[in-house]
Amino acid sequence: MYKYDNYDQQMVDTRVAEFRDQAQRRLEGKLSEDQFKPLRLMNGLYLQLHAYMLRVAIPYGTLNGTQMHALADIADKYDRGYGHFTTRQNIQYNWIKLEEAGDLLADLAAVEMHAIQTSGNCIRNISSDHFAGAARDELVDPRPYAELMRQWSSFHPEFMYLPRKFKIAVIAAETDRAAMRLHDIGVQIVKNDAGDIGASFFVGGGMGRTPMIAPMIREFVPLDQLITYAEACLRVYNRYGRRDNKYKARIKILVHELGADEYTRQVEEEFAHMLDQGVEPPLAEIERLRPYFADPAFEDGPKTIDRSDPDFALWVDRNTHAHKHDSYVSAVISLKPVGGIPGDASAEQMHLMADLAKEYSFDELRVMHTQNVVLPHVKIADLHALWTRLEAAGLGAPNLDTIEDIIACPGLDYCSLANARSIPLAQKISERFAESGKTEELGQLKLKISGCINACGHHHAGHIGILGVDKKGVENYQLSLGGSEAEDVSLGKITGRGFDEAGVIDAVETVTDVYLGKREDGERFLDTYRRIGMAPFKEALYD
Amino acid sequence: MKILTGNDLKSGAVVWWTGSEWSLHVNEAIDVGEEADAIAAREEASRRVNVPYTIEATQDADGVRPAHIKDRVRALGPTVRPDLTLKPADPDAGNWVI
Repeated sequence: MYKYDNYDQQMVDTRVAEFRDQAQRRLEGKLSEDQFKPLRLMNGLYLQLHAYMLRVAIPYGTLNGTQMHALADIADKYDRGYGHFTTRQNIQYNWIKLEEAGDLLADLAAVEMHAIQTSGNCIRNISSDHFAGAARDELVDPRPYAELMRQWSSFHPEFMYLPRKFKIAVIAAETDRAAMRLHDIGVQIVKNDAGDIGASFFVGGGMGRTPMIAPMIREFVPLDQLITYAEACLRVYNRYGRRDNKYKARIKILVHELGADEYTRQVEEEFAHMLDQGVEPPLAEIERLRPYFADPAFEDGPKTIDRSDPDFALWVDRNTHAHKHDSYVSAVISLKPVGGIPGDASAEQMHLMADLAKEYSFDELRVMHTQNVVLPHVKIADLHALWTRLEAAGLGAPNLDTIEDIIACPGLDYCSLANARSIPLAQKISERFAESGKTEELGQLKLKISGCINACGHHHAGHIGILGVDKKGVENYQLSLGGSEAEDVSLGKITGRGFDEAGVIDAVETVTDVYLGKREDGERFLDTYRRIGMAPFKEALYD
Repeated sequence: MKILTGNDLKSGAVVWWTGSEWSLHVNEAIDVGEEADAIAAREEASRRVNVPYTIEATQDADGVRPAHIKDRVRALGPTVRPDLTLKPADPDAGNWVI
């Protein structure tokens, strides 16, 4: 994985010193909250319901064991013994003291991490495929390109005050595991008919109050024009994005209002103008980055497991993913125990995951946007030993992509923007289905819960989505069906009037019962919904 | 009644105006009545709390109860982690929020 050079380290260390000074001035009363707020947000420090919250960037979700140990130590030293892995492949701490934030950032910098650009109207952490560099189906490892874009977008002077926040995802497989088309810019690394590697650009996607799927605006951008093209996309947005209205300021609104064709025309015009201005880093730069992401020293070994233990076999079937080396798999550590808080991990669990990465996965981990953690390179021969350790620590839930693998934002339990609680719903739904024994029968079923219209819980993209709203001071939940954030991307449709907490849990079960009654061979929930439409579900829910 | 709340500058903790100082416990909040804006302005200027603001609440034999669920969550702590609330010994404390 990428290692900081002196320049990177100096930038991060300098920012820590700068923030220490800003925080000290705030504590001494020399800065008002209005003056301090934009400064702390530039460093990922929010003020949430109960305390300051720090969001730490994990670039494209990749980190090593030393970094995971450091995150665990931070949870113990500065927080209350746990952290929350987010739907942007980051980690958040919920109980940070302003007095200690500078020390915390210094501890992060010591392991080449920071919280810069995890808030504010700038380009946020670049996200990617959590199986990058390991997946059997990928064209190339997308991370060198994601890293190039990270370096380009870090402290970019032109893009620090965009109309709104800006999120970029980079993938390199036909299977989309990063919700790529629901980003402001989605980049898919592709090969053209001539055999050259380049990038398809999708611009103007997003969730939030106005969900949109990004249209493709350029099928193939040559690699030596990647940054220039991205910069052209940003420039048009920076120039014409709706700064007059926060709710219409995301690029998706601009692309929608202009129309994809007109937006593309303007980008191409800007791109042509920029091509001879020397914006693009030399190709040697991507070649410099590539060795950081070189394959570890894989060894041949057994290619099958002993399936005599059914619990182990189920976990392997559910929680592992095909690896490009046939003696290895990528293993998913579920942070969704039955009744647990999606994405939360204790310091002890983080230390264990770090140790397991060192023992079994060439010291690498990945954070998934679905709030789980991946050990990307595990020998098939080591799987049973790994699973045994995970089981003992409560990290062995065999539920990847099932109805128990719920995405949930922090909701009203932690977030100052939320209108309703998300986590209790996730806990109760996972308990309901674990108890009923239907989880395995239901197969792939992605349930996502947001506690407000900002959609951090990706409810628009859930096969089943739940949105919490405030109805005259009481929590109420809207149900939607048919969303997907994968390569078959779609936006869910609302079923009808909302439910209270108990009602929406019953409604989820009703919906799954309709699916089980109507499905045909091999159909996932989403397939059945797309075949039969909303009507049978509405009928069961409301008639 | 109207009560005044904010977040402590140093810790970020939720605090409530008692008439003379800031408390972690909503039950110690007083009705600030028409004085709300003046107290908020004075306290913000003293830089002890972040952005104090007034909310509606009721008071009965059980104590002070903010009118809106968001402020009740603020007053208690996360309902999904009873151990981290102000009433860690009461696993059902979250019911007060709803």
